[in-house]
Amino acid sequence: MAKTETMTINMGPQHPSTHGVLQLVLELDGEIVRKITPHIGFLHRGVEKLAEHRTYHQVLPLTDRLDYLAPMHNNLGYVLAVEKLLGIDEQIPERANAVRVMMAELTRIKSHLVWLATHALDIGAMTVFLYCFRERERIMDFYEKISGARMTSNYFRVGGLSRDLPDGIEREIRAFIDEMPGHVDTYEGLLSGNKIWQKRVMGIGVIGAKDAIDIGLTGPALRASGVDWDLRRDQSYCDYDKYDFQVITGKDGDTWTRYKCRLDEIRESCKIVRQVLDGLKPGPILADCPKVCLPPKKDVVNTIEGLIHHFKIITEGFKPEPGEVYVGVENPKGEVGYYLISDGSPHPYRMKIRPASFVNLQALPQMAEGAMIADVIAIIGTLDVVLGEIDR
Amino acid sequence: MPEWLVTTILILVKLGFVFFLLLTGAAYMVLAERKLLGRMQLRYGPNRVGPFGLLQPLADAVKLVTKEDFIPSQADKFLFFIAPGIAAVTALLTFAVVPFGPPIRLFGREVPLVICDLNIGVLYFLGLSSLAVYGVTLGGWASNSKYALLGSIRALSQLISYELSMGLAIVPVVLMARSFSLTNIVNAQAGLPFAILNPPAFLIFLVSVLAESKRIPFDLPEAENEIVAGFHTEYSGMRFGLFFVGEYINVIILSSMVTVLFLGGWHGPLLPGIVWFFLKVGFISFLFIWTRGTLPRLRYDQLMHFGWKILVPLALVNVIVTGAILLLLNPAKG
Amino acid sequence: MQVLFFYLVALVTVISGVIVVAAKSPVNSALALVNTFFCLAVFYVMLSAPFMAAIQIMVYAGAIMVLILFVIMLLNMGVEPFKKFTHVTWGVVAGSLVLMLTLFFISRGQPTKVVGAITRDVILKEGHTELIGKSLFVNFLLPFEITSILLLVAIIGAVILAKKEV
Repeated sequence: MAKTETMTINMGPQHPSTHGVLQLVLELDGEIVRKITPHIGFLHRGVEKLAEHRTYHQVLPLTDRLDYLAPMHNNLGYVLAVEKLLGIDEQIPERANAVRVMMAELTRIKSHLVWLATHALDIGAMTVFLYCFRERERIMDFYEKISGARMTSNYFRVGGLSRDLPDGIEREIRAFIDEMPGHVDTYEGLLSGNKIWQKRVMGIGVIGAKDAIDIGLTGPALRASGVDWDLRRDQSYCDYDKYDFQVITGKDGDTWTRYKCRLDEIRESCKIVRQVLDGLKPGPILADCPKVCLPPKKDVVNTIEGLIHHFKIITEGFKPEPGEVYVGVENPKGEVGYYLISDGSPHPYRMKIRPASFVNLQALPQMAEGAMIADVIAIIGTLDVVLGEIDR
Repeated sequence: MPEWLVTTILILVKLGFVFFLLLTGAAYMVLAERKLLGRMQLRYGPNRVGPFGLLQPLADAVKLVTKEDFIPSQADKFLFFIAPGIAAVTALLTFAVVPFGPPIRLFGREVPLVICDLNIGVLYFLGLSSLAVYGVTLGGWASNSKYALLGSIRALSQLISYELSMGLAIVPVVLMARSFSLTNIVNAQAGLPFAILNPPAFLIFLVSVLAESKRIPFDLPEAENEIVAGFHTEYSGMRFGLFFVGEYINVIILSSMVTVLFLGGWHGPLLPGIVWFFLKVGFISFLFIWTRGTLPRLRYDQLMHFGWKILVPLALVNVIVTGAILLLLNPAKG
Repeated sequence: MQVLFFYLVALVTVISGVIVVAAKSPVNSALALVNTFFCLAVFYVMLSAPFMAAIQIMVYAGAIMVLILFVIMLLNMGVEPFKKFTHVTWGVVAGSLVLMLTLFFISRGQPTKVVGAITRDVILKEGHTELIGKSLFVNFLLPFEITSILLLVAIIGAVILAKKEV
């Protein structure tokens, strides 16, 4: 009698749907996956180490490049951590906070759009991909108008924002936000009612609430398993508690529930952005902390204090008191946390990033072992991992 | 002119016409697909080469020919060489029995617009489509690559499974037309096309044909998101081109089979027969493209489940029901 | 012309038949067998039996050989075990026995004479497919049905055997 063997196959790092450079070593029994071993690190750039040799302001551009689909969220987590370290987190002006929330939620929409696009593409629905990218393009345009860059925005600053919103952008964003729920309905129209789509995602990659907590899942992946946990509400930052929004949770913890949760989150984000726009008042965008925040250019060229502060902050940076701090924010993909240790020098002594994707990826073997190859692809998609964040 | 010379020349002319039509048809099918998909997906599709991108197929061909013809070092060279050929040739040969127009009068004689009106045309088509499996399977196996192997296993089981329901869906047609010849089948539909007389068979055939063509939602053998490119992962240059052209020729062939078997072939009001034929083929091909723009991909087990547990039993029941109705309508003669 | 064509196809048939036995790789053997079937189908066509030809290709080349190929591919058989012919003597003995038997039959039989009611003229007149249909579904209906039930039993048996393992 011939004995059967499993086939070991390398999926990635060059593979169309491992979302970057993730490598999975699959042990296959026919089409069924018996064992999954993720190999990561192909995109390692040593962000945490690099940060130790830069001033606090200079670290900020590095954080853009972690989860490159949601750069503003990474910025946000970092600036919140530094502000807490400095003890100026109460002094952030109202307008700065409001704009931060607005940009964070637009970023959430943008990130979820990429997730939906690639997830659908992986399952074979090509058209959804381009529909999502149409809307994403609008957000990219806002990014460009507001921060000057489409991807690596580097917009937030310790103490506030790098610049105020350009004229007329509120109207454009409002128009977009009014349209967006309709677009989400379109995506749902393309996918939700489709029998093939339902069969491909329902009951796939199920993970229960207990397992999800044990692994440390966060974000939509956790909420879809029925755990009602959202840092925006439960550890409010940037005045998130002022806004009225719902934390979307699911029950079944399968790919379908995660899909529904994320789509509903897009709708909720639209609500938040609308509330921000309704309450947006003119005002300062930087905290009044001359030792920390760069002075406006006008002051730099006109006043001696401005020039000195500018010179000091640029050449030396600011020196927080020795101490340590952890701040987590609700990224589109889950909790992204920054743990900073200061030894009183202008450089962080240590910066540890808690990436959402890295932890979420750990659920992959548990969710996908025993499933089929096609399911593995669907589950990678539903976990919504970004390798820039995993490898750092 | 002697009789045999005229016959030979006529056959050669028809051959050349069909060959040319199929190849350009396949090339422009690619363009049409890219254009239409583009329009469905908020893009333009190719529009740089020539007016409206009409020269794009030419540019594609030049690109494919000039690319390096790479052979993996561990491949089975002979099989690796012939597999794309099998895929393309079996696809091309099928068109020999497809009647694409009513007989016309030329040089004072009746010329049927079909290369060879075999009296077992339906079986010829089924036989060739079962041989087409070899091209795909051997190509994947000979590449000696795991993704290609997975692709060829998928292709093999998918094609065999759906061939069955395809064959069973044709049986009612043969019953109703009382002939295996495609020309007779078309003539039998002079009144009403079989798609209206027997919609279940039509739908089963349409779905099986979609699966036979290895396109979304049945494109598992080459599902690029799962197994890179399936059976042609390791192919490059013109060898890949042959697989590619073979696939699109196959789409045209299968569309014409749908037209001939179920949509009444060249029959239609007002317009000349040949125009009707190409219109119908074009419409079915458009259907192929449309599904690609709309549907996600099935999973392997779902595909098998659908084929064996839904389509085949349905087709069997349909055969029995059709047979019973035909027997009731005209009681057996002896 | 026809005879020449016959010899050409026969030559190809015999050569592919030899390759089936002699090829080192099992996949090549299987393919040569497919080719042999194909040539046999050509013979059927020459005997004005196109239906049989089509069935030959569909069933043998298109279905059975594909499944055999499938198994060979999955078993991942190397070339090695087929290189060594350890039982050459036994092979020669068995081969010569078969050869003797064949020669015996040929010398005693009447290979060129057609016996029975179905002649070439009848086939051309009535149609070959119709003849097969008549004999299968009218003259030999009972054996036909018994065979199909037998096959059904075999299928169910195979399914049950396969199920037990899982």
